[in-house]
Formats: sequence, structure tokens, C-alpha cells
Amino acid sequence: MRTIARVAVSVFRESVRNKVLYSLVCFAVLLISTAYLIGQLTAGQDIKIIKDLGLAAISIFGLLIAVFLGITLVWKEIEQRSIYSMLAKPLSRSEFVLGKYAGLALTLVVNVGLMGLAYYAMLAYMATTFPPEARAAWPAPAVDPALMKALGLILVELLLVTAVALFFSTFSSPFLSAVLTLAIWVIGTFDADLRNFESVVASPSAAALARGLYYLIPNFGAFDVKLQVVHGLPVSWDYVVTTAAYGAVYVVLLLTGAVAIFSRRDFK
Amino acid sequence: MDAIRTEALTKHYSVGFWRPRPYRALEGLTLSVGQGEVFGFLGPNGAGKTTTLKLLMQLIYPTSGHAEILGRPVGDVAVKRRIGFLPENPYFYDHLTAEELLEYVGALFGYSARECRARATARLDEVGIGAERRLQLRKFSKGMLQRVGIAQALINEPEVVFFDEPMSGLDPLGRREIRHLILRLRDRGATVFFSSHVLSDAEALCSQVAIVVGGRLVSSGHLTDLLALRVRGWELVMAGLSREAIERIPGVLRVTQVGVDRYVLELPLTPPPEQLLATCVAHGASLVSLNPIRDTLEDLFVRQVAAAGTDRGLSTPDARSPESTR
Repeated sequence: MRTIARVAVSVFRESVRNKVLYSLVCFAVLLISTAYLIGQLTAGQDIKIIKDLGLAAISIFGLLIAVFLGITLVWKEIEQRSIYSMLAKPLSRSEFVLGKYAGLALTLVVNVGLMGLAYYAMLAYMATTFPPEARAAWPAPAVDPALMKALGLILVELLLVTAVALFFSTFSSPFLSAVLTLAIWVIGTFDADLRNFESVVASPSAAALARGLYYLIPNFGAFDVKLQVVHGLPVSWDYVVTTAAYGAVYVVLLLTGAVAIFSRRDFK
Repeated sequence: MDAIRTEALTKHYSVGFWRPRPYRALEGLTLSVGQGEVFGFLGPNGAGKTTTLKLLMQLIYPTSGHAEILGRPVGDVAVKRRIGFLPENPYFYDHLTAEELLEYVGALFGYSARECRARATARLDEVGIGAERRLQLRKFSKGMLQRVGIAQALINEPEVVFFDEPMSGLDPLGRREIRHLILRLRDRGATVFFSSHVLSDAEALCSQVAIVVGGRLVSSGHLTDLLALRVRGWELVMAGLSREAIERIPGVLRVTQVGVDRYVLELPLTPPPEQLLATCVAHGASLVSLNPIRDTLEDLFVRQVAAAGTDRGLSTPDARSPESTR
């Protein structure tokens, strides 16, 4: 466990010194802030638009960070051959992979935390600029604790995306890993449609394939509760915990696969 | 117990995407290295040296065969605590400083933060990295990275050290320092296994060598045994001889004047030099010295590579000399 933690801290340190990462986080914070301006253009809908855009910005930039870090971290070690000296040290290949993932997870937690803070700060500022009667008409307060549920599930979704990216990066190039990870994410986002695919296609084989993908690929749509929290609709803690556990099961499966592949690989 | 032992260690790769065919990188390597030895692993490019080191570090898995370090299978984490490894053309996390890298490596061995700092400082001093230790590694030259690579390999004061081309990228001063460092490691009882193209370094440092060509072991043993038995001529130094007298001596291969009446004569192995020596003395000359001319490691290397090349239909070392493979 200690070895995994040491590798994780090293990954986090590397991320902290990564300029690309800073650019993405700054851009996300900027976009969250511009949600305020866009909200001004939509009479009566402003707070919902701002909340929605802010969460979408965190989700999209978090996705970019997760894919970027997930596909490059292990690949870079192999390509630049820094892995040669590292694997000669007293750590197993599984500890190496799990340490890398833990470091990425730590990086994501900090990044989503920073973006979340910027988001809440902007919403708190918004609340002060509206008259009390306008605020009374909102379905939920500006600084709504329920938004934490959406942020939490975004984080779980990003941790899952990172696990997918890390899994692919153990055996393929960054480009292919990025394409495959994004493909999995897109398919997983529309997972519910795959379930009922036979109602829109005549081919039984296409329907069977869609059904197979539905069971195989994680349902990323389940992590999206933005609409509910923005409109003040209830999202139970049971749902949040169950969905997080669902994501955790996939993360464990993907990491097991990544470790199995990485442990058998030749580093030529 | 041997420090390193391999038995019929073999590695084949598949090359080609559409029609994969096997490439025999290493074929049945069996060798043993005793503890406290400095072992030179020699061979031309593509001979299988780096493949062997990667197999010993379990960076790749053997197709067949077996390897042990300190009596335990390679890859065993307990063994990794007792060894050090410098890869060829090492590359490290370039966002770290040399100091940070060594502290991180120390942490992987489970040392406390204070001990990591102390060990990092000691090892960097040992390889001659001064104030640059606080610079990020991306600003380091190849030779400096090589020194950092050696420092990280020694952080745990290993019992067995594996160096893949340790002199690569170093200036003459750096090479001399590393030679001294290897001798210091030997003096404290460590086993050093290093691959090299630089035969003079191997000759100066190694007690044992192995030569691999085309993935096969062609020669191995104690350097003294490999070279001592191959006397290929005699070097006779005489004083008090005239040039005319020397020219009348039959069978002299080369004559070099080293003083007013002092000459070095290079003679073939046969006939034995006693008869010639008696003739010279009868002409009033005096003997200064008589020494056998033995093969150097380079001679042995060239001969072995040539023989293996002929057997396997490879190019001879005349076309690819050891110097050109550096």
C-alpha cells in the first residue's frame, strides 16, 4: 500500500508541474465564469442556465483532463523508457499501475475540487446580484448543496473514464487510446438507447450487438444528474451511493484488466 | 551461491505484422557469475546484451529458460531490494530534479525522508553531480543523465549492480571516475555485471567476461584464463646489438629501436626464442627482457565475433569492427 501511495504522490507531483493541465483548469474556470454572461441573455432562466453551463464546463474539461492524463501517463513511461529503471526497483507491476491510477485519481479530485470551488464562488456572487423576490422564484437556491451530488457523480464518472483510458494505454498508442476511450464514453452516454435498439432496427444481429454493448459498456448517462439538480428536482443519496458503487465496480474491473495486461507485457 | 545464474535463457520475438516470423534475440544463454566479480558482458550491436539485461530485470519474459539473482528468481521484489540497474541511455522523469529523483527512488526502497535525502546527497557526490542536482533533469546533458542513472542504481548500496553501457555518453574524465567507482564497488564486495562495447574498460575492470554474438554465447570465463593461454609470439629486448647483426637474424617480424643500441624484436611463436637468444648473446649482445605476446581482449573479441560470423554467415568484424560498434 505504501509503495502505491509513493507512486501516486509522484504522479500527482508530475501533474502539478504539467502546464497543459493548468491551461485546462484555467480555461474551465473561465468558462464557468462566462456562464454568468450567457445567463444574462436568457430572461427568467438565468440561474438555471448558469448552473447547467457551469456543471457542463466542469464535466467536459474534467473529461479532457481525465483522457489526457489517462492515455499519456503509462504510455510516456514506456515510450521514454523511464519504466526500465522504475521496474527494477522493489515494486511490482501491479503496484506501479495502481499507483499511477491513484495519482491520477488524486489529481482529478483536486482539479474537480478547484473547479467546484470556482463554480460555487460564482453562484454565491450571483445570489447577491439578484433581488430577494427574483431569488424566491428560483426552484432551488443559487448555492444549492444538492449541486454537490452532481459534482460527486461527475467525479465518479471522470474516475471511470480515467480507468478506461489507463486500461487502453497499457497496450495501445495514445491516439488509439484516446479514440477508444472517447468512443466508450460516447456509447456509454447513450447506453439507454442501446437497450431498446431492436425497436428502431430490423436486423436482429445489430440489435444483439447493441444489447451486448449495453451490458458491456458502463452507462455513463447514469452519472448525469445535472438536469435534476439544476431544476431543483430530488436526487436521493441512495441513488448517488448506488451509482458511485456501480462506477467503482467498473473501475475495479478495468484496473484488474489493466494490471493483468501490464503484468504480462514485454518492454522491448 | 552465485550472484547471477542463467540456464538456457532464450528469447524469441515475432517480427512483421502481416506475416510474423520469429527473431531469435537470445538463444540458450547459460552462465554464472560469482559474488564479488566484475563481469563484462561483451558483444557487437544486436548480439543480445540488452535483451539479457532486460530478462534479468524482468522487463521482458523469457521464451524458455530460467534466470536467478542471488539464488532467487528474477523479478522477486525481495531480490530487487538488493540490486541496482542502470539501463542503456537512461531517461528519468524530467520534471524532477536529480535530488528529487533520487529521493523518490529511495522512498520506493522504503527509506525515511531523512535517509532518502542523506543517500541522495551521498550518491550524487559519488558520481560528481554538484550544484546541478537542483536543476530539472530535462536540462541535463546525456553524460550528466548517465551519472544520475548510476547514482540511482546505487541508492540502496546494492549487492549486485547491472550496468548497461555505463560509459556511454561520458567524457574521458567521467569514464575514469566510473571505472574507479566500479572498482570501489568491487572492493566493498558487490558484484558488477556490465555490458560494454568499450573493450579497454572491460579489460581494465573485469575478472570475468562473456562474449555473445547473434544471441549466442561464444566465449566466457576468467579473463586471465581466456587470454593467458594464447601466446602468439615473443617480445625480445636486446642491448649491444648492431643494426647489421639484427638484419641477419631470420624470422624477426618487427624491429623497433628504443635506444642507441637497444632494440625491441617481435618474434613468432615458433621456433622457440632460446636458440635465437643464444645466437644474439654469442654476437656480444645482452638480454634486457623476454616476454610472451598475449592476446588482448580486443584480439579475442575480434576472433570470436569473426568465427561466429563465419558460422552464421554474418558479416565479419573486419566490416564491423568493435570500434565502429560503439
